[in-house]
Amino acid sequence: MTDVVTVDRNPIDAYLRMERMPHIWCAGCGIGSAVSCFVKAINRAKLDADKIAVVSGIGCTGRVAGYVRLDSFHTTHGRALPFATGLKLGNPELKVVVFSGDGDLVAIGGNHLIHSARRNIDMTVICINNFNYGMTGGQLGPTTPLDARSSTSPYGNFDPPFNLPYLMSASGATYVARWTVIHLRQMERSIAEALVKPGFSFIEVLAPCPTLYGRMNKMGQGIVELRSYQERCVVRNGADPREADIGLSGPIVVGKFVDVNRPTFWDYCTKVLNKAQKKR
Amino acid sequence: MSDDGILEGEFFMNGDEACAEGGISAGCRFFAGYPITPATEVAERMSLRLPQIGGIYIQMEDELASMNAVLGASWAGVKAMTSTSGPGFSLMMENIGLGVMLETPCVVVDVQRAGPSTGLPTLVGQGDMMQAKWGSHGVYELIAVVPSSPQEMFDLTITAFNLSEKYRVPVLIMADEAVGHMSEKVVMRQIAPQELIERRRPTVPPGQYLPYETDSDLVPAMAIAGEGYRFHVTGLTHDERGYPAMTAEAQDRLVRRLVDKIRVNRNDIIRLEEVETQDADVVVCAYGITARVARSAVQQARDEGIRAGLLRMITIWPFAEDRIRELARQVKVFVVPEINYGQIVLEVERCAGGMAKTLLLPHMGGGVHRPGTILEAIRKATQ
Repeated sequence: MTDVVTVDRNPIDAYLRMERMPHIWCAGCGIGSAVSCFVKAINRAKLDADKIAVVSGIGCTGRVAGYVRLDSFHTTHGRALPFATGLKLGNPELKVVVFSGDGDLVAIGGNHLIHSARRNIDMTVICINNFNYGMTGGQLGPTTPLDARSSTSPYGNFDPPFNLPYLMSASGATYVARWTVIHLRQMERSIAEALVKPGFSFIEVLAPCPTLYGRMNKMGQGIVELRSYQERCVVRNGADPREADIGLSGPIVVGKFVDVNRPTFWDYCTKVLNKAQKKR
Repeated sequence: MSDDGILEGEFFMNGDEACAEGGISAGCRFFAGYPITPATEVAERMSLRLPQIGGIYIQMEDELASMNAVLGASWAGVKAMTSTSGPGFSLMMENIGLGVMLETPCVVVDVQRAGPSTGLPTLVGQGDMMQAKWGSHGVYELIAVVPSSPQEMFDLTITAFNLSEKYRVPVLIMADEAVGHMSEKVVMRQIAPQELIERRRPTVPPGQYLPYETDSDLVPAMAIAGEGYRFHVTGLTHDERGYPAMTAEAQDRLVRRLVDKIRVNRNDIIRLEEVETQDADVVVCAYGITARVARSAVQQARDEGIRAGLLRMITIWPFAEDRIRELARQVKVFVVPEINYGQIVLEVERCAGGMAKTLLLPHMGGGVHRPGTILEAIRKATQ
């Protein structure tokens, strides 16, 4: 006799475009785990999903906008942040989230990243860092560790990478955290905090890319790279972001680096609007 | 100034400032820009005026950012514009293409200076006319208008917003340094609400909305962020749902519609001014500042008894090919003065199709044609 087991829909399905599944990400890729944490964080933060907009750029992580059942914009390479800036200023009631990859946000979009942080635009950036350009076949990027192999660093990388928590902290972000896709609960909590934090919040999520970066650096299957995160990661909340460099081996500092308050762009802007309207 | 902060009456101001005021009268409440000569005065005027009426001026880190912020604001439901000149116009190209692909209403002003590269930043040029049509990659159509005076900088900015809302396409205002920097009387009349076109919004409930579903008018209804439609839009080739569709069939369906919505409606879009063309043997085809010089040359030619006329192209893209084809049956020669080494002349020649001769009068930039140069060309053309 067969027992009939009724499985309820996963509560996070409501936030996903299930009709678009299966997604395009490879087996062992970490992006899906981060998406899952993000939608759970929306629940945790008790936000009205109708008022959340997700903006992505181009690349593997750029595809996130297409899978979340929210107002979502898949824009051009590097330009998610300025698009999101217009969206937020056009309707300050919106909760704007930029979900994109390290190459998109930090290389081609790097100028927008530092300026958005400087302005302290009220938005949350989730930056998946898989240490290479996945969509185009595993080229080196602005986060590729020194000596790492990629399809454009066949002898090992000689192009020093950014330390993203340090960059974002120095640029003026009010919330900066880094987790990996094995830190699911911490990541979910961080995203939930960031979503309600006024100002520019930035969460770096380290994610395996077993198809390209992992294979080229002999890291084995995705699960093996996850295990290496477990071995290498040191949780140090409140750590000095200058100590958050990532090498090909050695410890990786994760945690919440920055959680400070300063006036947002909108705070300054509304003061001026009031003054200008009185002068008229 | 009326109670709502919109200017009304007669003013003496330059074209750039009149353009900003035209935007405000059209309902523009978001401007993202980056300083560049000779377009800076548009941004400066907006930074002064938008805060007075509750609008947002933001100075972005570059023109790529400006263009994207404008697209974002438009998707938040706010009429938005930016202004620039050649170098910045080049930087905006990729994302003007995104505006076309997402079907985003917005207005981009290019106050043209002489190029290539940094060229003559403070001096006039008309070298971006083909870039306006072809500058972004891929297959598309958009709308571009060309003002000839500060008054038209005001009027055509309103027209540009209306066309962009109606057809959901970026509309380019291809001004030039001479028109942008000259000061003249500008009459700002009260714009009645019914004169302003607003994008068509969805009437179906969220579950039934398809972002790119169209009927015979080829322009889909546009939801905006935060209304509960939970829509997706992408720069990838997409289907009616807005979802990526990586096939030649989806590409054919989408690109044909993007192009056809402009081509099919060209008679509604194209604006021309004609002076003494009814019996003309020679017609000067001109636009922007050059059309003002041409007008004077045509008048002098008439005084000499030459049957000359002027076709002033107010809309440059889509091109007025029907009218030029028609005129080509009547006239012997088209004279095309422009401040470049031959751009719009190629279109005139194409439409003339060998029925009339075409004569280019180029100017490399840094100044405008002399009426005498155009007059001399008219005389020669009729000999």
